[in-house]
Amino acid sequence: MMIPTDARTHRLLDAYQRDFPLESRPFARIAADLGAAEAEVIAQFTALKDAGTISRIGAVVRPNSIGASTLAALCVPAEDVERIAALVCAHGQVNHCYEREHAINLWFVVTAADRAAVNGVLRAIEAETGLACLNLPIVEDYHIDLGFPLS
Amino acid sequence: MTTPPPALDATDRRLIKATQEGLPLTRRPYHTVGAAIGLAGEEVMARFCQMLETGVIRRIGVVANHYRLGYVANGMSVWDIADDAVASAGTEVGALDFVSHCYQRPRHLPLWPYNLFAMVHGRSRDEVGLKVAEIARQLGPRVCQYDVLYSSRILKKTGLRLVDQGAP
Repeated sequence: MMIPTDARTHRLLDAYQRDFPLESRPFARIAADLGAAEAEVIAQFTALKDAGTISRIGAVVRPNSIGASTLAALCVPAEDVERIAALVCAHGQVNHCYEREHAINLWFVVTAADRAAVNGVLRAIEAETGLACLNLPIVEDYHIDLGFPLS
Repeated sequence: MTTPPPALDATDRRLIKATQEGLPLTRRPYHTVGAAIGLAGEEVMARFCQMLETGVIRRIGVVANHYRLGYVANGMSVWDIADDAVASAGTEVGALDFVSHCYQRPRHLPLWPYNLFAMVHGRSRDEVGLKVAEIARQLGPRVCQYDVLYSSRILKKTGLRLVDQGAP
């Protein structure tokens, strides 16, 4: 029995956010679960990835298991956000940067080999921007990551 | 972190680095990765399995793009919780299915009084607002004050990049 494509897409997205098969041919296992062909499942995941609907299939690593990171923020005058953001984003260790609606308006994550390297990036950003970084490293992680509910 | 991260050897790091942009979408993805970094496919699977057991890896699976799935609004909810209640509050909030990250972080008084962060996703700001209100209701008097910071622009977003640590 073939499952209609839309329902199958939804299942591909929803059912394999965790417990993606750890076996030689994981897509063949998924295909067997869904009553589809292995090549078809691979093609569908490839299309979802190409479309940007999924970022990847892979491991979600616990924060700070490898290297160190922090959430940092700056209070930037509205007219200066783009210039300051460009300085911040130019650092390869900055992997997320958002403007948020708050007096403290520029938020970014710094990830580096260790705590000293993270602090070094923050100091460099402070020197380049002339602004003080709010440094908010994780004290405790409470999230149980089961994937994202799609229903 | 109260629990120190489990030790990873150089091969584990190499494996994570080789797959941080995702597993290849081939018939035998673990073997494909292994071939690229000089490991047998079986060893790739065994190492992933072990890292799942130790908690270094939380899950292996599809990482969905919230935006492309219609969850276009995200609010960083921030909470000022009494220090002796932050663990119970964090545990409850971290288990909610609409929360994608939940961390305790240091306060910076007087500028920043909030010590618990929960990222809330929704299809609209109104939906995010309702979910944040739901958190507030659930936490009750443990909350001294809270706020939600909505993003107005994404200026940079790349997946986790494992920095080169000099190790092969």
